[in-house]
Amino acid sequence: MEEVPHDCPGAGSAQAGRGTSCQGCPNQRLCASGAGAAPDPEEIKEKMKTVKHKILVLSGKGGVGKSTFSAHLAHGLAEDENTQVALLDIDICGPSIPKIMGLEGEQVHQSGSGWSPVFLEDNLGVMSVGFLLSSPDDAVIWRGPKKNGMIKQFLRDVDWGEVDYLVVDTPPGTSDEHLSIVQYLAATRIDGAVIITTPQEVSLQDVRKEISFCRKVKLPIIGVVENMSSFVCPNCKKESQIFPPTTGGAEVMCQDLKTPLLGRVPLDPHIGKSCDRGQSFMIDAPDSPATLAYRSIIQRIREFCRLHQPKEEQLVGS
Amino acid sequence: MEAAAEPGNLAGVRHIILVLSGKGGVGKSTISTELALALRHAGKKVGILDVDLCGPSIPRMLRAQGRAVHQCDSGWVPVFVDQEQSISLMSVGFLLEKPDEAVVWRGPKKNALIKQFVSDVAWGQLDYLVVDTPPGTSDEHMATVDALRPYSPLGALVVTTPQAVSVGDVRRELTFCRKTGLRVVGLVENMSGFVCPHCAECTNVFSRGGGEELARHAGVPFLAGRAREWGAAPAGPAAGLRGGNGARAPSTPQRERQRGVHWMQAVPTGS
Repeated sequence: MEEVPHDCPGAGSAQAGRGTSCQGCPNQRLCASGAGAAPDPEEIKEKMKTVKHKILVLSGKGGVGKSTFSAHLAHGLAEDENTQVALLDIDICGPSIPKIMGLEGEQVHQSGSGWSPVFLEDNLGVMSVGFLLSSPDDAVIWRGPKKNGMIKQFLRDVDWGEVDYLVVDTPPGTSDEHLSIVQYLAATRIDGAVIITTPQEVSLQDVRKEISFCRKVKLPIIGVVENMSSFVCPNCKKESQIFPPTTGGAEVMCQDLKTPLLGRVPLDPHIGKSCDRGQSFMIDAPDSPATLAYRSIIQRIREFCRLHQPKEEQLVGS
Repeated sequence: MEAAAEPGNLAGVRHIILVLSGKGGVGKSTISTELALALRHAGKKVGILDVDLCGPSIPRMLRAQGRAVHQCDSGWVPVFVDQEQSISLMSVGFLLEKPDEAVVWRGPKKNALIKQFVSDVAWGQLDYLVVDTPPGTSDEHMATVDALRPYSPLGALVVTTPQAVSVGDVRRELTFCRKTGLRVVGLVENMSGFVCPHCAECTNVFSRGGGEELARHAGVPFLAGRAREWGAAPAGPAAGLRGGNGARAPSTPQRERQRGVHWMQAVPTGS
């Protein structure tokens, strides 16, 4: 079991990985490499200069469709071949993005300018810890500091190039990964967060916490997406609710918390299948009400980013 | 106060079972609750330890939100969710001042609270302690396994949904179990199919077959069930309804117990 020694100097200290108590610690190499040190926000700011818009996809709740949404947001934005899109998966323990994007088994390459993202299209690059694991059974059993180190490397060492939109997929919760991504990007500008939920109260109660987190760390909220809103039976075509909105669903929550509801996406069984096959559901089923919902939401996100650009960026077009 | 006479650790707990998944949203908390209810129905005294600190769902599922945790000589008194005091529960949900308050903690603070939940809660005499966990293989999981190790848990019930994206994460959870010496007592495939309340047609909303295949690949028991698919449990609106706000329509307690009976196959229930 990975245990940090009792007199650990701290992953962020100058002695990290070099102290006598570090000998034998499983994180020793990582700490000595500087990955555990608190990153210089200026380093990351410099790297992020070529990234125009940054969108975090969050939820307090697991399994509501964050990765599915992140992937389709990236696909949707990249449909314009003149738009450069980057998709960063910071779910270190459960990296779903490689499978959903059809990139399982791909490896990351190093070059002089850093790590190269895996490109699905010329204008759509992806990075995930999934690309660094050698087997689908490999477990990433890491404590917070090591996860933070990985996220920092993703931001500082990946050669993203000129990017119009960086979409960041996150794990559920309000913990290390979420604090770190907000802290590391503190010196740059995050356009905002898209928060995903499903209609039932057990999801909403976690999502309210996530909204509270965003407000605490002053992260703008682009809006909320309610996934798995309704289900149309392929047999009788009648609509039912798999996850009943007993407390009014996302609509009431958004009214209460004065947060925009970007849209509602119905549960189409083909979404799961497309994700399993690593295909874009919007391409697989262009006429599905779920596709129409996704597209409308993506358009609203684009507009938000355009409207909220700082004036000087709009003028210079940097 | 009878709690004061009981030991403030797990010495009085006969069996400990963890409910894990690499994946979020597959139904760990729902299944933990159903298992606890089924064990209670079988006459057992059950405790539930909710170590999901960022997203504590169990209080709502058992209609125990807003309850306060009291102290006794042996430590914190867990909250009893029923009049008969046959199910007790500890969750960070009870320690928050406001229900929407976010627990924005890094690993070390989470680890410290989990250690307290194990050693400083007056669990008393229990037949079973069901431990509900958050998704992943990180601080909470390591802290929980470490803290419970001296008490030799029965093992882990691992939950997945059928689709490959879920199975992909759960494979890693099985590796975590192997690396930490936690026996997998069974793999449950949840949400195998949705039964339309209008026409009773069962649709595979989250693909199909992944759970059984994973169990076979990993050599772990795929739990037998009364559902249409072996070991798999279809979701119906009642499951979401119960989990959503804790309210119980007249038919759901029986339904919960029926489902919980499947998960009970993973645990010895002889006295």
